[in-house]
Amino acid sequence: MPGKLKAKIVAGRHLPVMDRASDLTDAFVEVKFGNTTFKTDVFPKSLNPQWNSEWFKFEVDDEDLQDEPLQITVLDHDTYSANDAIGKVYIDIDPLLYSEAASVISGWFPIYDTIHGIRGEINVLVKVELFNDLNRFRQSSCGVKFFCTTSIPKGYRAAIVHGFVEELVVNEDPEYQWIDRIRTPRASNEARQRLIFLMSGELQRKIGLKVLEMGGNAVVGYLQCFDLEGESGLVVRAIGTACTLEKLSSGSSTHTHPNTAPASNACNSPSKDGKEPVFGEDLPSSSGPPTPFRALPTSSSSPPPFSPSKPCSRQSSSSDTDLSLTPKTGMGSGSMGKDAGPLKTLLRQQTQTALEQRGASSSGLLLNAREFPFFTLTSFPSGFLLHVGGVVSARSVKLLDRIHNPALGNTRSYKLLDWNSVTADEPETRDAWWEEIRQEIKSHAKALGCHAVVGYSENTNICEEVCILSASGTAAILNPRYMREGCLDIAGSDHRFEDPSPSSCGFCHIPYDELNMPFPAQLTYCFHCRRQKVPDVLFTTIDLPSDAAIAGKGCFIQARLCRLKKKAQGEVNATAISNLLPFMEYELHTQLMNKLKLRSMNALFGLSIQISVGENMLLGLASATGVYLTALPAPGGIQIAGKTPGDLNNEQHIMNIQKRINDTIAKNKELYEVNPPKLFALDPEVFCGTNVELTEEVVGSPIPEPRHRSRLFRSHSESSDELSELDLSHGKKDAFVLEVDDTDAVEDIHSLLTDAPPPKGFHSCNTETMPGIYNWTSALQMFTSVRVLRLSNANLTNQALNKIFTDLCENLLKSFYFKLRSMVPCCLSHLNFSVAVPEEELIQVAVTAVAMTFDKDQTQEKPAEKPIMKGCSEGEEQLQFPLELCADSSSVNSQSSSRISGVPESSSLSTRAASVDYGSFADRCSTWLELLRLKAHTIRRGSVKTSRRTQSLAHSVSSLEHSSPITEGRSRLLRSSRSFGGSSVSVVKMTPLSFLPGTRIVKYLGIINMFFIRETTSLREEGGVSGFLHSFVAEVFAMVRAHVAALGGNAVVSYSMKDCVLMENPNKNQCQCLINVSGDAVIYIRETDLEAIASTVGLSSTNSDGAT
Amino acid sequence: MAVELDVFVGNTIIMSEEVYQLWLDGYTVNDAVKVRMDGGALDEFEANADVVQSDTMDQYRTFQMCERLLHSPTKLANQLLFQIPPHRQATLIERYYAFDDGFVREVLGKKLSKGTKKDLDDISAKTGVMLKSCRRQFDNFKRVFKVVEELKGPLVENIRQHFLLSDKLARDYAAIVFFANNRFETGKRKLQYLTFQDLAFCAGQLINNWTVGAVDNMVEDMDVDLDKEFLQELKELKVLITDKDLLDQHKSLVCTALRGKTKAFNEMEANFKNLSRGLVNIATKLTNTKDVRDFFIDLVEKFIEPCRSDRWTAADMKLYLTHYTNSAHILDTFKHQVVWDRYMGVIKSCIFKMYHD
Repeated sequence: MPGKLKAKIVAGRHLPVMDRASDLTDAFVEVKFGNTTFKTDVFPKSLNPQWNSEWFKFEVDDEDLQDEPLQITVLDHDTYSANDAIGKVYIDIDPLLYSEAASVISGWFPIYDTIHGIRGEINVLVKVELFNDLNRFRQSSCGVKFFCTTSIPKGYRAAIVHGFVEELVVNEDPEYQWIDRIRTPRASNEARQRLIFLMSGELQRKIGLKVLEMGGNAVVGYLQCFDLEGESGLVVRAIGTACTLEKLSSGSSTHTHPNTAPASNACNSPSKDGKEPVFGEDLPSSSGPPTPFRALPTSSSSPPPFSPSKPCSRQSSSSDTDLSLTPKTGMGSGSMGKDAGPLKTLLRQQTQTALEQRGASSSGLLLNAREFPFFTLTSFPSGFLLHVGGVVSARSVKLLDRIHNPALGNTRSYKLLDWNSVTADEPETRDAWWEEIRQEIKSHAKALGCHAVVGYSENTNICEEVCILSASGTAAILNPRYMREGCLDIAGSDHRFEDPSPSSCGFCHIPYDELNMPFPAQLTYCFHCRRQKVPDVLFTTIDLPSDAAIAGKGCFIQARLCRLKKKAQGEVNATAISNLLPFMEYELHTQLMNKLKLRSMNALFGLSIQISVGENMLLGLASATGVYLTALPAPGGIQIAGKTPGDLNNEQHIMNIQKRINDTIAKNKELYEVNPPKLFALDPEVFCGTNVELTEEVVGSPIPEPRHRSRLFRSHSESSDELSELDLSHGKKDAFVLEVDDTDAVEDIHSLLTDAPPPKGFHSCNTETMPGIYNWTSALQMFTSVRVLRLSNANLTNQALNKIFTDLCENLLKSFYFKLRSMVPCCLSHLNFSVAVPEEELIQVAVTAVAMTFDKDQTQEKPAEKPIMKGCSEGEEQLQFPLELCADSSSVNSQSSSRISGVPESSSLSTRAASVDYGSFADRCSTWLELLRLKAHTIRRGSVKTSRRTQSLAHSVSSLEHSSPITEGRSRLLRSSRSFGGSSVSVVKMTPLSFLPGTRIVKYLGIINMFFIRETTSLREEGGVSGFLHSFVAEVFAMVRAHVAALGGNAVVSYSMKDCVLMENPNKNQCQCLINVSGDAVIYIRETDLEAIASTVGLSSTNSDGAT
Repeated sequence: MAVELDVFVGNTIIMSEEVYQLWLDGYTVNDAVKVRMDGGALDEFEANADVVQSDTMDQYRTFQMCERLLHSPTKLANQLLFQIPPHRQATLIERYYAFDDGFVREVLGKKLSKGTKKDLDDISAKTGVMLKSCRRQFDNFKRVFKVVEELKGPLVENIRQHFLLSDKLARDYAAIVFFANNRFETGKRKLQYLTFQDLAFCAGQLINNWTVGAVDNMVEDMDVDLDKEFLQELKELKVLITDKDLLDQHKSLVCTALRGKTKAFNEMEANFKNLSRGLVNIATKLTNTKDVRDFFIDLVEKFIEPCRSDRWTAADMKLYLTHYTNSAHILDTFKHQVVWDRYMGVIKSCIFKMYHD
């Protein structure tokens, strides 16, 4: 009995008229939690009832507290007939379960009905009393904090980053149950909403358990998605990065015992002191800082798959006491002493062979998620990210109907989770699917010489019974000093780590071995430090590191593609799709590359590629933020070449195009202020000499061995072969060559040139911060826009379709600029496009972004207070963590050689995996960087530039916040929020970013994760689909804001709309829409207020010793 | 290929005052787009017709959704559906309740009923205000009328509190309510020269001086209905014209005071009895509802027109009325000084306001 939930219904207002005769309503409220229901009295004849109920008390398990929402139903009492429901409110109790988050939920909630939308508001008070429970067998994970934010949350310090956590739960979709035929749409919608609430609660709890087991106390970068698989079920899955976070507060020491943070709920941690039981094979007990570091022989010698490993020594009893949990398969089990290792996961990659993993999963056991060195984070404390290899991605096409039929699928059996059975097995099929994809990603990363994947994300696209699973991330090397074992995988590259690269360019340096490159790329010496090699272009899924040296501003780059596909069913369809995928990826990549060059930039950040399937077409959309990294060579131009040189007409035409391209490049350079610093130029001879040599070597180097087949571009078909050769022959040319040989190519070039730059005063990007803009002012407007296009002509060509799709995206952007014109100068940040093909001939694009104003005058400078707005306090504190952690690690390089052997095995894995199941023909390997091979692009050798200026840029970390008395600020804030709680509605800001410019986040109140269904049978009366969706989106915003306000917050950060599924039937005058949103509820205070409070250290002082 | 759906929703409401005005004025989306494009919207930010169309649609939808809330503006402040900054709320409300003087002049004093609503298309044609806008304005009048009808306390204050309007607009609405309630005739040709503002001013005078609320401020309908007792007392003023001596005495007092001060003295002297009869007769007939309705037309016919035909200036008028009022106090047999002042105070300021071309 570990918890008591108390709820009080205070009042209602603006209720709808339920009794036509009196124009009034006799309202009462049902409060339900689990299976217990309470009722208030009927408040007769009022649209603004005052119930002022007693406290309804629910005595429940904390497990239920996590899973179940509090369900409040407002009804109209009717003496003679059934009571009419007015609407419902679901309240997620989870935020009350953290020890330091909100203590009470209190406020006005919109009363929501799936048919009528918002119908009035209700004032509710909710409290939870948690009893301490020392039951180590417990199923709950109360107290684990969840953050959607994909960086270390402000005000926290990551003591340990444990690594990847994932989970999924499956259930039958109520919409497809037999009972749905006889119940009302409202009942069906409510069943669905409630089920999804329950499922995401359960999912969160399970992830929390994994985190606790790892010894963490928080999940950062929590990403939860729904897969509506129709007949085959409803999947809720989530990934995240487990961390041990410590709260930073001005007064308290950062050296408090690491257990203090999770202590309140560290129920499964009997050994709270430094001396933990040690696990793994035979680790010596590591009880204090300088931990003896052990060369683990585990890597190649395949450890027993089920060895109870506890990678995170702190905070955890040995796992086999957790009887109720599936034992984790351990590998590597590189345990370090307390405080000794962040990112322990990294130590443990590469160690298990594919066979073992297969074995593990097929024997019905959960694979240990921690085997994947994946991080859902997209930005890191400085010093954390050493090198970036490039984007790795994997896709796989699956047939959903297969999972009903074990005989046809792979050998594993599957069953749908019975909702009520706690002990139900994991939905294995899907687990295995993801498992496979993740393995592939891991091996791609390895091929790039990287031991980790950062900025990792997963998503699915479902059309009928075909499902495309995709995962992508950025292969990277994280600081080896902080994860000594991890770097051992990279044989022969250790020398690079000996002298730390400057942070402004270090991440650009190649992580792979230049003599044995996984793909041909043009390498040059870093234009910054001149010591390491860098590639000519860099694609990543992460945010631009805050200390990266760039020239000019960034810009939003998007590649769009449509491909027609024949209608087909089942297997044939899946095959057709998987055959198309590689071509799409290739073309998207080419487009991105061209567009990047056209803007004379050399790196992409925040790259996300979506492929959506429809019945008769595939849509591909790649979005990224381009930027000029000064460490990388300047991009060459784009040169147009004709195939038929004799034709004069043609030549004239080509010259025209060439001129237009050159003009565009010149214009873009000016527009984005890309003027790479030319502070000192070496004798080009010296420098180029080495380059040429190197390039030749690279070009001459053979295509990776067959054993790397898994990494090769799948469609290694004639066409691409031809292309690569062809392009390689141009290898020494100065510029990127585009061939104009047919109408397709002409189309391509035209589409290249049709991208309009944003109008004056506007900038756009899809990353957290806009590269090149630092001085945000506080105005901010988050928005969601959805557009659906109906293709009237069924016989469209690919080109026509492409044009339509491109125009759709471009027009959306134009619309945004126009609508937000009053905010200039302003930047559209975090532009997040998502495409879908809801039905045949429909294309749906949904965008969520935020417009933020900035101060125009100072944009040229990179002001010193940059860290303040970017990450406020985390700057210095986060730095402490690697430092602190590495303090006890001095001599680690010894084991380097022992771990090399893991590599070949895992690359053989994917080929093996490929044969396992259905999606085997699916394109499974498309590492972006490998694609580069197919395109010849050489470095413009004439211009070797480098810059020292940026290198010396003083990275002055603001110490502003450390000593500011937060407590005062908070109490002040609370006072002010209380004052407007009364009559008018308090303002709640929303942003997809993790920060609010000009403010400081003082408290995270918990995750907001909401799912709503809205349906109408009077579509025309509600203003058609647009009117219907407009009010639904507004209602969703309103409900998010209300929940945040009730938690005492005044903003939502890292807000995102994960799903927006719209199904319409205008003939029947019906429409249904599902929306899933999430974000972090926070309390912020304005920096100006802070300044008033802050005693000694002010912004002004940081300003003065700013950039030099 | 057609755009099936196109929405743009901001966390904070996104609106342009220009589009709001077009919406209020009753433009259809297409007309509004045309107006905006003619107004130069295309020059900004590389917009094209589609962009303007889409933006206009979004805003129109937003306004339509807000309209329900605007009907009871107090709800706008504590509703949760839209996040609207306070200054935007004020603009939304103030503009929604704003009206065209031309339109309101047409319905002033008419019964705010379905019948009148049916005539709106004629009014629309006559005034050039779009029918949709006419309907909104008419419904606003009706809504305000309905709400304040049953409230106690000062009319202007009630309107301001329930509809969150500015003081000026609240006063105008008070006038509209007052006219509608008392059904003053304002539509006659002779009254056409009067603007809404003239009449609103007069209504303000009447509300402040002649209603029940002017003496007792906690009565229902206190500001909407004229003080019956006062109207009864006005009958007593008849003595000023029925008593020959009193009339002559009054005339001589006024003429003495005016002599040499104005060019129109001869006309004033000649017309005194006529004018005085006119004003006093208006007063004595006000117990009759029918005559209350004709109050303004009587003022014009019985007083303003004769003066105008004699080419009195506004200054003449002022001088005359001041002395006319004050002289009554010196009449030793005239006992109704208080009623006289209450009556003449209003008449004076109304006539001052109404005496123009």
